[in-house]
Amino acid sequence: MLPETAAVPWRPRMDAGRLRLISRSWTVSTVVQAVPMLATAVLLLFLDPVTIPVGLILLVHAWAIPELYANRGAKVVKPRARLGEAEERTALGLLGDLVGHEARELHARTGLVMERGALGVWLVGEAGALLVRGRRVHCWCVRVPDATLPSSDRIAHLLLALREDEEGFATVANHAFAGARWRVRRRLPKSQRPALAAAAAHPTG
Amino acid sequence: MARLIRMDNTGHTTVAEWTSADPASVEAAVKALRDELDRGYYAVVNHGEGRAEQVDSLPLDAELVILRRPIAGG
Repeated sequence: MLPETAAVPWRPRMDAGRLRLISRSWTVSTVVQAVPMLATAVLLLFLDPVTIPVGLILLVHAWAIPELYANRGAKVVKPRARLGEAEERTALGLLGDLVGHEARELHARTGLVMERGALGVWLVGEAGALLVRGRRVHCWCVRVPDATLPSSDRIAHLLLALREDEEGFATVANHAFAGARWRVRRRLPKSQRPALAAAAAHPTG
Repeated sequence: MARLIRMDNTGHTTVAEWTSADPASVEAAVKALRDELDRGYYAVVNHGEGRAEQVDSLPLDAELVILRRPIAGG
Protein backbone atom coordinates (compact mmCIF):
# COMPACT_ATOMS: atom_id res chain seq x y z
CA MET A 1 0.00 0.00 0.00
CA LEU A 2 1.30 3.43 -0.92
CA PRO A 3 2.53 5.08 2.31
CA GLU A 4 1.38 8.51 1.11
CA THR A 5 -2.25 7.41 1.55
CA ALA A 6 -1.71 7.92 5.30
CA ALA A 7 -1.61 11.67 4.59
CA VAL A 8 -5.21 11.60 3.28
CA PRO A 9 -7.03 9.36 5.79
CA TRP A 10 -10.39 11.02 5.08
CA ARG A 11 -10.42 9.84 1.48
CA PRO A 12 -11.99 6.48 0.69
CA ARG A 13 -9.65 4.26 -1.26
CA MET A 14 -10.17 4.66 -4.98
CA ASP A 15 -11.39 1.69 -6.98
CA ALA A 16 -13.27 1.01 -10.22
CA GLY A 17 -16.65 1.46 -8.51
CA ARG A 18 -15.73 4.86 -7.10
CA LEU A 19 -14.36 5.92 -10.46
CA ARG A 20 -17.68 5.08 -12.10
CA LEU A 21 -19.49 7.04 -9.40
CA ILE A 22 -17.22 10.07 -9.85
CA SER A 23 -17.66 9.88 -13.60
CA ARG A 24 -21.45 9.87 -13.30
CA SER A 25 -21.31 12.74 -10.80
CA TRP A 26 -19.40 14.83 -13.30
CA THR A 27 -21.94 14.05 -16.01
CA VAL A 28 -24.86 14.95 -13.76
CA SER A 29 -23.14 18.11 -12.58
CA THR A 30 -22.48 19.22 -16.16
CA VAL A 31 -26.04 18.51 -17.23
CA VAL A 32 -27.47 20.32 -14.20
CA GLN A 33 -25.38 23.39 -14.97
CA ALA A 34 -25.64 23.47 -18.74
CA VAL A 35 -29.19 22.30 -19.54
CA PRO A 36 -31.14 25.02 -17.64
CA MET A 37 -28.91 27.63 -19.24
CA LEU A 38 -29.42 26.09 -22.65
CA ALA A 39 -33.19 25.90 -22.18
CA THR A 40 -33.37 29.52 -21.04
CA ALA A 41 -31.19 30.55 -23.97
CA VAL A 42 -33.53 28.87 -26.46
CA LEU A 43 -36.52 30.46 -24.78
CA LEU A 44 -34.97 33.92 -24.96
CA LEU A 45 -33.96 33.45 -28.58
CA PHE A 46 -37.57 32.92 -29.59
CA LEU A 47 -39.29 35.08 -27.01
CA ASP A 48 -38.59 38.48 -28.44
CA PRO A 49 -35.95 40.03 -30.70
CA VAL A 50 -34.84 42.17 -27.77
CA THR A 51 -33.92 39.09 -25.70
CA ILE A 52 -31.87 37.45 -28.46
CA PRO A 53 -28.52 38.91 -27.29
CA VAL A 54 -29.11 37.61 -23.75
CA GLY A 55 -30.05 34.23 -25.20
CA LEU A 56 -26.82 34.17 -27.19
CA ILE A 57 -24.81 35.02 -24.09
CA LEU A 58 -26.46 32.16 -22.22
CA LEU A 59 -25.71 29.82 -25.13
CA VAL A 60 -22.04 30.73 -24.92
CA HIS A 61 -22.12 30.13 -21.16
CA ALA A 62 -23.74 26.71 -21.61
CA TRP A 63 -20.97 25.78 -24.03
CA ALA A 64 -18.17 27.32 -21.98
CA ILE A 65 -18.86 25.67 -18.62
CA PRO A 66 -17.93 22.09 -19.64
CA GLU A 67 -15.06 23.44 -21.71
CA LEU A 68 -13.61 25.24 -18.70
CA TYR A 69 -13.82 22.09 -16.61
CA ALA A 70 -12.12 20.08 -19.36
CA ASN A 71 -9.46 22.73 -19.64
CA ARG A 72 -8.76 22.45 -15.94
CA GLY A 73 -8.45 18.70 -16.37
CA ALA A 74 -6.14 18.86 -19.36
CA LYS A 75 -3.87 21.33 -17.58
CA VAL A 76 -2.69 18.67 -15.12
CA VAL A 77 -0.33 17.30 -17.77
CA LYS A 78 0.80 20.66 -19.08
CA PRO A 79 4.60 20.55 -19.61
CA ARG A 80 6.57 22.40 -16.93
CA ALA A 81 9.79 24.40 -17.20
CA ARG A 82 12.91 22.35 -17.94
CA LEU A 83 16.08 22.41 -15.86
CA GLY A 84 19.63 22.10 -17.19
CA GLU A 85 20.22 19.85 -20.17
CA ALA A 86 22.66 17.53 -18.39
CA GLU A 87 20.26 16.88 -15.51
CA GLU A 88 17.38 16.31 -17.88
CA ARG A 89 19.45 13.86 -19.93
CA THR A 90 20.49 11.88 -16.85
CA ALA A 91 16.92 11.72 -15.59
CA LEU A 92 15.64 10.74 -19.01
CA GLY A 93 18.08 7.82 -19.05
CA LEU A 94 16.63 6.46 -15.82
CA LEU A 95 13.06 6.96 -16.97
CA GLY A 96 13.91 5.19 -20.21
CA ASP A 97 15.18 2.21 -18.22
CA LEU A 98 11.88 2.00 -16.35
CA VAL A 99 9.59 1.79 -19.36
CA GLY A 100 9.33 -0.31 -22.49
CA HIS A 101 10.06 0.71 -26.04
CA GLU A 102 6.51 1.81 -26.87
CA ALA A 103 6.21 4.03 -23.80
CA ARG A 104 9.69 5.45 -24.37
CA GLU A 105 8.88 6.38 -27.94
CA LEU A 106 5.55 7.90 -26.92
CA HIS A 107 7.24 9.92 -24.18
CA ALA A 108 9.76 11.28 -26.67
CA ARG A 109 6.90 12.49 -28.88
CA THR A 110 4.43 13.69 -26.28
CA GLY A 111 6.18 14.10 -22.91
CA LEU A 112 3.75 11.62 -21.35
CA VAL A 113 4.46 8.07 -20.21
CA MET A 114 1.79 5.46 -20.90
CA GLU A 115 1.22 2.80 -18.27
CA ARG A 116 -1.44 0.11 -18.36
CA GLY A 117 -3.14 -0.46 -15.04
CA ALA A 118 -6.09 -2.34 -13.61
CA LEU A 119 -8.20 0.84 -13.55
CA GLY A 120 -7.40 1.85 -17.11
CA VAL A 121 -4.54 3.23 -19.15
CA TRP A 122 -2.57 5.98 -17.48
CA LEU A 123 -0.73 8.84 -19.10
CA VAL A 124 1.72 10.17 -16.57
CA GLY A 125 3.06 13.70 -16.84
CA GLU A 126 5.28 15.83 -14.64
CA ALA A 127 2.61 17.06 -12.27
CA GLY A 128 -0.44 15.02 -13.08
CA ALA A 129 -1.86 12.04 -14.85
CA LEU A 130 -4.74 11.14 -17.13
CA LEU A 131 -6.58 7.87 -16.69
CA VAL A 132 -8.24 6.71 -19.89
CA ARG A 133 -11.20 4.37 -19.39
CA GLY A 134 -12.87 3.77 -22.72
CA ARG A 135 -14.41 7.02 -23.88
CA ARG A 136 -13.95 8.70 -20.52
CA VAL A 137 -10.87 10.36 -19.10
CA HIS A 138 -10.14 11.12 -15.47
CA CYS A 139 -7.65 13.89 -14.81
CA TRP A 140 -5.55 13.83 -11.66
CA CYS A 141 -3.35 16.46 -10.13
CA VAL A 142 -0.42 14.78 -8.41
CA ARG A 143 3.23 15.63 -8.09
CA VAL A 144 6.42 15.23 -6.20
CA PRO A 145 6.77 18.46 -4.22
CA ASP A 146 10.33 19.25 -5.28
CA ALA A 147 10.66 21.91 -7.97
CA THR A 148 14.38 21.24 -8.40
CA LEU A 149 13.85 17.81 -9.97
CA PRO A 150 14.29 17.37 -13.70
CA SER A 151 11.17 16.70 -15.73
CA SER A 152 11.80 12.99 -16.29
CA ASP A 153 12.54 12.45 -12.60
CA ARG A 154 9.21 13.99 -11.69
CA ILE A 155 7.52 11.56 -14.06
CA ALA A 156 9.59 8.65 -12.71
CA HIS A 157 8.49 9.49 -9.16
CA LEU A 158 4.83 9.33 -10.17
CA LEU A 159 5.34 6.24 -12.30
CA LEU A 160 6.99 4.28 -9.48
CA ALA A 161 4.28 5.30 -7.02
CA LEU A 162 1.64 4.26 -9.55
CA ARG A 163 3.30 0.89 -10.01
CA GLU A 164 3.57 0.35 -6.27
CA ASP A 165 -0.14 0.85 -5.65
CA GLU A 166 -2.44 2.03 -8.43
CA GLU A 167 -5.51 2.54 -6.23
CA GLY A 168 -3.39 4.25 -3.59
CA PHE A 169 -1.97 6.54 -6.25
CA ALA A 170 -5.47 7.50 -7.37
CA THR A 171 -6.43 8.06 -3.74
CA VAL A 172 -3.54 10.42 -3.03
CA ALA A 173 -3.96 12.34 -6.29
CA ASN A 174 -6.47 15.19 -6.46
CA HIS A 175 -9.22 14.48 -8.94
CA ALA A 176 -9.55 17.44 -11.28
CA PHE A 177 -12.00 16.36 -13.95
CA ALA A 178 -13.80 13.42 -15.50
CA GLY A 179 -15.40 13.65 -18.88
CA ALA A 180 -15.46 12.73 -22.51
CA ARG A 181 -12.16 11.90 -24.13
CA TRP A 182 -12.85 14.19 -27.08
CA ARG A 183 -13.42 17.10 -24.73
CA VAL A 184 -10.10 16.61 -22.94
CA ARG A 185 -8.32 16.00 -26.24
CA ARG A 186 -9.34 19.41 -27.56
CA ARG A 187 -7.80 21.06 -24.54
CA LEU A 188 -4.48 19.23 -24.68
CA PRO A 189 -1.50 20.74 -26.49
CA LYS A 190 -1.31 19.28 -29.99
CA SER A 191 1.95 17.52 -29.16
CA GLN A 192 0.25 15.52 -26.39
CA ARG A 193 -2.83 14.40 -28.30
CA PRO A 194 -1.21 11.30 -29.83
CA ALA A 195 -0.68 10.00 -26.28
CA LEU A 196 -4.41 10.12 -25.64
CA ALA A 197 -5.06 8.29 -28.89
CA ALA A 198 -2.46 5.66 -28.01
CA ALA A 199 -3.99 5.13 -24.57
CA ALA A 200 -7.48 4.87 -26.05
CA ALA A 201 -6.26 2.20 -28.46
CA HIS A 202 -5.48 -0.12 -25.55
CA PRO A 203 -8.33 -2.14 -24.09
CA THR A 204 -9.09 -1.28 -20.49
CA GLY A 205 -10.10 -3.63 -17.75
CA MET B 1 27.21 -4.63 -9.36
CA ALA B 2 23.85 -3.67 -7.83
CA ARG B 3 23.10 0.00 -7.30
CA LEU B 4 21.16 2.17 -4.89
CA ILE B 5 20.30 5.43 -6.61
CA ARG B 6 18.54 8.55 -5.47
CA MET B 7 16.46 10.68 -7.82
CA ASP B 8 17.53 14.26 -7.21
CA ASN B 9 18.23 17.56 -8.91
CA THR B 10 21.18 16.11 -10.84
CA GLY B 11 18.98 13.52 -12.54
CA HIS B 12 20.06 10.79 -10.18
CA THR B 13 22.95 10.03 -7.90
CA THR B 14 24.42 6.64 -7.11
CA VAL B 15 24.34 6.41 -3.34
CA ALA B 16 25.85 2.92 -2.99
CA GLU B 17 26.92 -0.08 -5.02
CA TRP B 18 27.20 -3.62 -3.76
CA THR B 19 27.67 -7.24 -4.64
CA SER B 20 26.53 -9.99 -2.35
CA ALA B 21 30.03 -11.49 -2.55
CA ASP B 22 31.44 -8.41 -0.87
CA PRO B 23 30.09 -8.07 2.71
CA ALA B 24 31.70 -4.66 3.18
CA SER B 25 29.89 -3.22 0.16
CA VAL B 26 26.61 -4.74 1.38
CA GLU B 27 27.09 -3.25 4.83
CA ALA B 28 27.82 0.17 3.32
CA ALA B 29 24.74 -0.08 1.09
CA VAL B 30 22.52 -1.12 4.02
CA LYS B 31 23.72 1.89 6.01
CA ALA B 32 23.29 4.21 3.05
CA LEU B 33 19.73 2.96 2.53
CA ARG B 34 18.88 3.42 6.19
CA ASP B 35 20.24 6.99 6.10
CA GLU B 36 18.14 7.83 3.05
CA LEU B 37 14.99 6.32 4.55
CA ASP B 38 15.61 8.40 7.67
CA ARG B 39 15.77 11.47 5.42
CA GLY B 40 12.27 10.74 4.19
CA TYR B 41 12.95 8.88 0.97
CA TYR B 42 11.11 5.73 -0.06
CA ALA B 43 13.05 2.84 -1.58
CA VAL B 44 11.48 1.12 -4.56
CA VAL B 45 12.40 -1.91 -6.62
CA ASN B 46 10.93 -1.77 -10.09
CA HIS B 47 9.63 -5.03 -11.55
CA GLY B 48 8.64 -3.82 -14.99
CA GLU B 49 5.39 -2.39 -16.29
CA GLY B 50 2.68 -2.21 -13.68
CA ARG B 51 4.75 -3.53 -10.82
CA ALA B 52 7.06 -1.95 -8.29
CA GLU B 53 7.66 -2.83 -4.71
CA GLN B 54 8.49 -0.57 -1.82
CA VAL B 55 11.18 -1.96 0.46
CA ASP B 56 12.46 -0.85 3.83
CA SER B 57 15.55 -2.99 3.87
CA LEU B 58 18.13 -3.67 1.21
CA PRO B 59 17.02 -6.47 -1.16
CA LEU B 60 20.36 -8.12 -1.85
CA ASP B 61 19.15 -9.82 -5.01
CA ALA B 62 17.87 -6.61 -6.64
CA GLU B 63 19.97 -5.00 -9.35
CA LEU B 64 18.60 -1.54 -8.84
CA VAL B 65 16.95 0.13 -5.86
CA ILE B 66 15.56 3.61 -6.49
CA LEU B 67 15.01 6.22 -3.83
CA ARG B 68 12.06 8.50 -4.41
CA ARG B 69 10.43 11.38 -2.60
CA PRO B 70 6.85 11.13 -1.31
CA ILE B 71 4.22 12.31 -3.77
CA ALA B 72 1.19 14.45 -2.98
CA GLY B 73 -1.99 15.68 -4.60
CA GLY B 74 -1.24 18.88 -6.52
